[in-house]
Amino acid sequence: MIFYLSALLLGLCLSAMGLGIFITMKIFKIPDITTDGSYTLGAAVTAIGLIQGWSLGLILLFSIGAGAMAGILTGLVHTRLKIDALLAGILVMTGLYSVNLTILGRSNIPLNNVNNIFEALSIFGNPIYNELWVGILFLGILSALLAYLLRTDFGIAMRATGNSESMTRAMGINNDRMKIIGLAIANALTAISGFLMAQYQNFTDINMGIGIVLVGLGSVLIGDALINWLGIQHLWLRLLFIMLGCILFQMALAVALAQGVNPNMLKLITSIFVLAIVGIPRLIKREAL
Amino acid sequence: MISFQHISKTFNRGKVNEVQALNDINLEINQGEFVVLIGSNGSGKTTLLNTISGAVLPSQGSIHLLDQEVTKLSEHKRSRWVARVFQDPLGGTAPELSILDNFRLAALRTQSKKLRIGINDSFKKTVRDKIALLGMGLEDKIQQAMGTLSGGQRQALTLLMSTMDHTDILLLDEPTAALDPNSAEVVMQTAEKIIQEHQLTTVFITHDLQEALKYGDRLIQMHRGKVLRDFDAKMKGALTFEDLFAWFKN
Repeated sequence: MIFYLSALLLGLCLSAMGLGIFITMKIFKIPDITTDGSYTLGAAVTAIGLIQGWSLGLILLFSIGAGAMAGILTGLVHTRLKIDALLAGILVMTGLYSVNLTILGRSNIPLNNVNNIFEALSIFGNPIYNELWVGILFLGILSALLAYLLRTDFGIAMRATGNSESMTRAMGINNDRMKIIGLAIANALTAISGFLMAQYQNFTDINMGIGIVLVGLGSVLIGDALINWLGIQHLWLRLLFIMLGCILFQMALAVALAQGVNPNMLKLITSIFVLAIVGIPRLIKREAL
Repeated sequence: MISFQHISKTFNRGKVNEVQALNDINLEINQGEFVVLIGSNGSGKTTLLNTISGAVLPSQGSIHLLDQEVTKLSEHKRSRWVARVFQDPLGGTAPELSILDNFRLAALRTQSKKLRIGINDSFKKTVRDKIALLGMGLEDKIQQAMGTLSGGQRQALTLLMSTMDHTDILLLDEPTAALDPNSAEVVMQTAEKIIQEHQLTTVFITHDLQEALKYGDRLIQMHRGKVLRDFDAKMKGALTFEDLFAWFKN
């Protein structure tokens, strides 16, 4: 039971990244893989902040700022230099590895006996319930804020940019600027996942971000499939379903591990799992034709 | 209102596929004029329209809109004066967004899009009343995604959207080319109504010679990047379908 509750909490931690990938992939239709770097960046900034004894609010702000800067960088490379978004993301992600290593100073920092957001509540006897409620509250507020943003006039302009660039240009919207802002928000959200994960697992590791974009991608695809299947229009509900996708994805991995799968095989399983999510609907469609 | 001085545009300069789309165009379009632009494929009509909107920047010459030089100004900045309807009904609207969201953006075409929720009950009512004028029954479907509508409905809505915020110039690039005759008629009548009501300076590209005769108060024929014929309202009124058809023969 505790095992699955941990998977649930893990899913919640990664939901912020899921929301970020939802923005780039589903709203802007940009394949952004800066994610791997900005996730570790958020965790690295968090580790240093915690060790320095900063307040959690300040650390969160710094993580968001660092993630946003990574996104802006990818956005600038993509829009100003007209470099393919995928390559722009790879460039920034690769560069971030060195940046992250410089911030951390070494490849791994343990975070025991420091401040921890998951210890903020002490209502229940069992700490896992307290941790779960922290996660639920945190992501509830985060997703509500994002839903609000997407409903504002600025948010409508954002959503239209990924949808019809000729239309948004004619409506006085600077598409390049909008994409840069979108990538900044997405990578800030990813850094928030790094912020949460570092505290959930009590350490930051330089390699923790490797392949994380695939986890996010698979999660968003699950969430999106549910949204389409149920025909959900409401924005906040859609975001909640993206988060549900993240949780289901972690649950599936937890089931695999519980069946005795070698943890070294986890990345391969993740890959095959995402391949299945992307591939199976296409195979079914082909048969239908 | 719109003034072209020695406008030339060459695509792919110095390459085998070099094309001179516009060749030293000098043209004045006055306030409130409804110009119909005709010409065979590749004559430079769309390029000329795109130099007004800013989608294409000229290789040489200068363009003024409302006495301001805009030669190098980008498209999204020129949207302060210019509204446009594209040939492709998909071009002027965002298909995944609701009709209401599309109209909200159109209402802010010349303004900044702020971090506040602008769609309230009074805005919804404004949009509903506006759409009701079309008589298509779309006023009850404002929450529906734009992409679920037919091409004709979308073109008609795009036209209405252009009047949600202040507009001086309306560019119509074959707005009816993808539509059936009935929808085309509805769209053009809507356009004419809007143009008269708001005193818009309009440039209208069409391949439909009946439309070219029926609408507008000035007719310009382009040929190989130059203005070949320029007829004012009186001369245009005397033209017949056969005259126009003959222009395209040689």
